[in-house]
Amino acid sequence: MSEEEKKKPEAGKVLLEELTRGPDKRASIWRRAWQTLSIPLLAIISGLILGAILIIASSQELYSLWSTSPWEAIKAGWMEVRVSYGALFSGSIGDPARIIAALQSGDDLEIRRAFNPILESLTASTPFIFGALAVALGFRTGLFNIGAEGQLFVGAICSAFVGYSITGLPAIIHIPLALGAGALGGALWGFIPGWLKAKTGGHEVINTIMLNYIAIRLSDWLLTGPMQRPDSFNPISPTIADSAKLPKFFADPIRFHLGFFIALGVAWLVYWFLFKTRWGFDLRSVGSNPHAARYAGMNIVASTVLAMSLSGALAGLAGTNEVLGLNHNLAQAFSAGYGFDSIALALLGRSHPAGVVLASLLFGTLRTGALRMQVAAQIPIDIITVIQAFILAFIAAPAIIRTIYRLRDPDIEEEAVTIRGWGGD
Amino acid sequence: MTTTVIERKEVELISPTRKRVMGIVFLLFGAAIWLLFSRTVEAGSTTSFGLVPGGFESNLPDWILPAPVTLNVLAFASVFLGGYQVIRGFGRRTNTVLGLVAGFFVFGFLTWAAAGKSMNLAGLLNTTLNKAVPLTLGAMSGVLCERAGVVNIAIEGMMLAAAMLASLVGSTTGSLWLGLLAGILTGVLLALVHAILSIKYVTDQIISGVVINIFAGGITAFVSAKFLQPNAALNDPGIFQPIEIPLLVKIPVIGPIFFANNLFIYAMFIFMIALHIGLFYTRWGLRLRSVGEHPKAADTLGINVFRTRYMAVLLGGAMAGFAGAYFTIGSVGRFDEFMTAGRGFISLAAMIFGNWTPFGSFGAGLLFGFADSLASKLAILGVQIPSEFLLMTPYIVTMIVLAGVVGRGQMPAADGQPYEKE
Repeated sequence: MSEEEKKKPEAGKVLLEELTRGPDKRASIWRRAWQTLSIPLLAIISGLILGAILIIASSQELYSLWSTSPWEAIKAGWMEVRVSYGALFSGSIGDPARIIAALQSGDDLEIRRAFNPILESLTASTPFIFGALAVALGFRTGLFNIGAEGQLFVGAICSAFVGYSITGLPAIIHIPLALGAGALGGALWGFIPGWLKAKTGGHEVINTIMLNYIAIRLSDWLLTGPMQRPDSFNPISPTIADSAKLPKFFADPIRFHLGFFIALGVAWLVYWFLFKTRWGFDLRSVGSNPHAARYAGMNIVASTVLAMSLSGALAGLAGTNEVLGLNHNLAQAFSAGYGFDSIALALLGRSHPAGVVLASLLFGTLRTGALRMQVAAQIPIDIITVIQAFILAFIAAPAIIRTIYRLRDPDIEEEAVTIRGWGGD
Repeated sequence: MTTTVIERKEVELISPTRKRVMGIVFLLFGAAIWLLFSRTVEAGSTTSFGLVPGGFESNLPDWILPAPVTLNVLAFASVFLGGYQVIRGFGRRTNTVLGLVAGFFVFGFLTWAAAGKSMNLAGLLNTTLNKAVPLTLGAMSGVLCERAGVVNIAIEGMMLAAAMLASLVGSTTGSLWLGLLAGILTGVLLALVHAILSIKYVTDQIISGVVINIFAGGITAFVSAKFLQPNAALNDPGIFQPIEIPLLVKIPVIGPIFFANNLFIYAMFIFMIALHIGLFYTRWGLRLRSVGEHPKAADTLGINVFRTRYMAVLLGGAMAGFAGAYFTIGSVGRFDEFMTAGRGFISLAAMIFGNWTPFGSFGAGLLFGFADSLASKLAILGVQIPSEFLLMTPYIVTMIVLAGVVGRGQMPAADGQPYEKE
């Protein structure tokens, strides 16, 4: 066996387990941090570099200057990248000069505007946190929940309904009620594939994809029928009652609301549940080795159903958050693909609640900045999706990153989790 | 290995529980036709079905049916079949009879929906066939990959990217054929990424597919916003025109439906037959399937598992690329963002529903295409059934199939499992 061949199985042991395994306990704290973070960090950097190449390659100036002077053309391309990524930064974190100027002037509105980008980034991250927690919880329990998008829609439908149909409640009751309804709706949409998987072996990947489309059609129908705003021809629900709106902390234009802190709280709860309770232990055992878990007397059916329902509830909260915190109604296609992006974020965060929160913050920031980039540099916002795909590819195949940056192979070998075919068994 | 699977299938098909359940299902279909349609249709009303698709000249008269009588006959026939199933059982032919009864139900529904009006049945069938094309081609892409043991949920992304490139290249070069070639190559290129990620780097195949779908969605939207929308000339390839096949097109009813279509539809039939023969009657197909069923055994016998899988995934990519090209240069003549609208995923469903076979995929594609075209037709007829529910049927049917209600499909045994040489 040559050196080349020896390496291949190493690369093969990485899959989901690699993403979910903890760092080596014996090493120093810096080494452990590096072991955990090297791949995600390098993946993000590589993704941004490829994004920059895409910006250069799609720059019209580059092609018009190329024939006269290639050097000028490359400089023009480079300038475009600087302008774009500069706008990305100032649009998502804020422009330092502007913040200082605003603080000196003491004008309230100007201060709010200067600080708005970073708060807007946090607001944009919120649905990602919920969604990515949903997918991460699934990964931890050996389930691939591609259905976050559908669960998110059903959660949004339920919370919007509770939000506008009930009036006259105090906010302290109405908000939890609407949140609960959203979580319950999502849980139901997660329960179905969980139950089907446990009872019939139908693979959750295909079932959740199907349920995504069913949920979207369902919301289409509801919004043009029973849930349509009475005075409107557009597919949009009535506005929810004021008592169901999540409180905001600042005046306009800042949209930052309580949802972000709820998301952080839920992330901590998921951490506590998965790693500190017996149920969480059972779920993780079933995920990492169903056969051993069965011999240990764990109930596989109950675990699978519970895990999918919880995952669905989290995804449902992502939709609920948008309805109660931002839009205050349910509109057709209100989700910008949060459910699908969540898959990438769960993987980027290594399916750990803390990692998931960090990954979601990163993507919320990128998305917010991309809006500014679109205006400032005429770079379509979809470039973020492309960068995201690159990052995800590098995360999913760490061997590529290791090869490019000449990192050492991981010390620990673990059994790989593979997706068993559609039919289950 | 294979024998056990076949035995299980036989047992499942003729088990007494299944026999009874199916009988009850048939009876329920009969009852539904009676209760929902027969009793609500106006007495003495007639349904007329047009037998010539729009745009054809023919003196073929409409097919006029007395609605109540037809519905009663359909209900009675379903109940009769149900009764026979409960008492005697159709044995191995149960699924065929299930298809027949479901067909009665659909026909009953059409008769009821168009009672007192007229419906262009030929037009409906022609639309169905057209809508089935990308689904069938996509499903066959899935068949190619999964028969070799590689799950491909990236069909959606491959189609989308191919649709855009076909339009872009078709517009810039002015040649539809070059556009088609570009579409196919796009599919192959993305398939190569999928193959390298999932075969060489042993990435989880579903994650690899998700990556490709995200990438394709992002890059097509990016290029569309940056280049296609500002310059309309870059997105105006035209479409392949229908070709009438001489003589065959003169066959009444069938002719105009099947033999006056464009390249893609004929190609679909050719690919379907070629793939069926290739997979089940050639050495190539046997090897491909053996790699998907038991790669280790195949390897021991000297079949190059990696090369076979690469080849299958790349061919599958070509097929998905061809399917994607249909969207732009085969039907709409323009690229729109996210125009595939989840049809790649319905293709997957069609593949599962079609039991991983080319003909089955076509049957499922027709069924799903029918639901799609009926949804738009009902709105015209003014039927009070939300089209959204009809559009949901493919997904619900797939979930039912996957749950094993109609008898579990025979999935390739090593589907989705990466192979590593020891």
